[in-house]
Amino acid sequence: MNAELGQEHAAEPVLEARDLVKHFPVQRGIVFKRTVGHVQAVDGVDLELHAGKTLGVVGESGCGKSTLAKLLVGLEPPTSGSINLLGQEIGNLPQRKIRPHRRDIQLVFQDPYTSLNPRMTVGDIVAEPFAIHPGVVPKDKVTAEVKELLDLVGLSPDHVNRYPHQFSGGQRQRIGIARALALRPQILVCDEPVSALDVSIQGQVINLLERLRDELGLAYVFIAHDLSVVRHIADEVAVMYLGKIVERGTAAEIYDHPRHPYTQALLSAVPVPDPELRGRREEIILQGDVPSPINPPSGCRFRTRCWKATERCAEEVPSLDVGDNGTRPPVSHHHPNQPEGSTHPTACFYAEEKDVTHAVK
Amino acid sequence: MSELTAPKPEPDTAQSSLWKDAFRTMRRRPDVIIASLIMLFVFTMAAFPTLFTDKSPTRCIGSDARERPDTWFTGEHPLGTDQFGCDFAATLVHGTRPTITLALSVMIVAVLIGMVTGILAGYYGGVIDAIISRAVDVFIVVPLMLGAILLLSLFRGRGAPDNLFETVAPPAIALAIFGWMEFTRYTRAATIETKNLDYVTAARCLGAKDRRIMFKHILPNAIIPVTAVIPTTLGSIIVAESALAVLGIGVQPPATSWGVLLSNGTQWAAGGYIYLFGIPLLLLILTVFSFATFGDALRDALDPKLR
Repeated sequence: MNAELGQEHAAEPVLEARDLVKHFPVQRGIVFKRTVGHVQAVDGVDLELHAGKTLGVVGESGCGKSTLAKLLVGLEPPTSGSINLLGQEIGNLPQRKIRPHRRDIQLVFQDPYTSLNPRMTVGDIVAEPFAIHPGVVPKDKVTAEVKELLDLVGLSPDHVNRYPHQFSGGQRQRIGIARALALRPQILVCDEPVSALDVSIQGQVINLLERLRDELGLAYVFIAHDLSVVRHIADEVAVMYLGKIVERGTAAEIYDHPRHPYTQALLSAVPVPDPELRGRREEIILQGDVPSPINPPSGCRFRTRCWKATERCAEEVPSLDVGDNGTRPPVSHHHPNQPEGSTHPTACFYAEEKDVTHAVK
Repeated sequence: MSELTAPKPEPDTAQSSLWKDAFRTMRRRPDVIIASLIMLFVFTMAAFPTLFTDKSPTRCIGSDARERPDTWFTGEHPLGTDQFGCDFAATLVHGTRPTITLALSVMIVAVLIGMVTGILAGYYGGVIDAIISRAVDVFIVVPLMLGAILLLSLFRGRGAPDNLFETVAPPAIALAIFGWMEFTRYTRAATIETKNLDYVTAARCLGAKDRRIMFKHILPNAIIPVTAVIPTTLGSIIVAESALAVLGIGVQPPATSWGVLLSNGTQWAAGGYIYLFGIPLLLLILTVFSFATFGDALRDALDPKLR
């Protein structure tokens, strides 16, 4: 798997973010507003997405995942940094000029109950992209195109005249996906697309997303807090903590060879499906809460909750490269699955692999 | 696409939309049908008063004053005569046109101003919101009567109005200027509530322009509180106009309105001439009721969940 990844990096990424920063000003006062601080929602995120691949972004609530999604689709202008979409810079464009690029990147929402206008028929909802971009499909073919889209996401094309409240959560999410796909984007940013659904429905929607990726050659940025869902769908995984990516690697690297203490803590919290093995795995319980993003800790942002933290962590900000200085030898192409081989980027001075996923008898 | 060819008929079943579906639902409700019939009756009276009476409201014979309508709907004076001996049915029927024109034009202007300012204030926020909201505050503190009196004193010098526009325009302008704030506030609140919903974000993400978002996504939500206040406002406009008429700055004689009849009727109602007060009141109540029913049904019809 690692070897395969090495070759893909030669191709140009479809979506690339460099040093992406989003700070929201915190203002006080009613008439004369003064800025008293900034919420550092996203603070220096780099990511790359290749055609047909899925990048999973995991992290706990409030770590900036949703803000990252909004930045990537151009709903929020970044404070600084660049977003490169299909070779074109969109990070610094005004809203008006982003409009043509919106056809290439679309967003799938978390909550299917609020993301569809309750007063529009399904036909109108799915046809709205064509109404906004009139050149895409000739007017007389819109109805046929809408029906085709509904068919593509596994809904009956006869449902065009129904309203969203007549559908279940999973079906609504399919409608949302059909709307996002209408303009034939190359990239879908999925912001927790299944976390509002029943577990039994989650699988169906995930399978639909996988099928669409293979059929249409889509690339996904898949944001979730459910680690097992991400593991299932993602090729590469980025772990976020308080606006920064702390570890990045292939799904196998992250899940089987986590190196950052935060990743290890996250993974150790995933429930073990086998009752026999429950309790036989080391569980890392983090102390304290996530610090405020208005006033994040100096140096490494995780240090306030980390059991490995030293003075160095408070003084220096670890970049994703520092973890590479670990003691492990570099990966060899002859033994791609060798457990010792993982040196994927980790933003920790004391990165060390620790198996927290597998419980042993 | 060529514009010269006639549009081909839809091969599939017609695509339904919110407004089409709403209309279809409303058509089936009996209360809507009754309300529509009342509205039709009132509007016909306003448009063609001669269909309902052959008397002139200005031909008054003093010796016939205050004849009770003993014959009810037939005879010389179907609804009796008023305190000056004018045929009451004719007065009432001829008063409908100024009343309805005034009430509807005030309503339409106030709703339009209110919804436009409310959506702009709620959607853009910031400076635009500050300006509009402060303007609303200013207009709310000026009492309607005081403002209307001040404003209408500008029209004092005019002679007797000889057409509908001159009769209705001054009170209509005065009432509209002091009547739009309520709609602005309701619309602004609904807009603020709606604009951060996911489906609005989805539309923005698709590249929808502000205008599209405001009309397609926010307006249907903003209409709901407005439909609820329209009928009651309609009644209060008619009553407020009568107050202006008492002060001599409303609809000027010889033209008359339901409001004027109501305020005149109150003086005689206690003396046994209850019809002078009761009949215009009944008409007013029926009209307000039909608008209320219609607005209520429209609100339900615009909410797919209640259909």
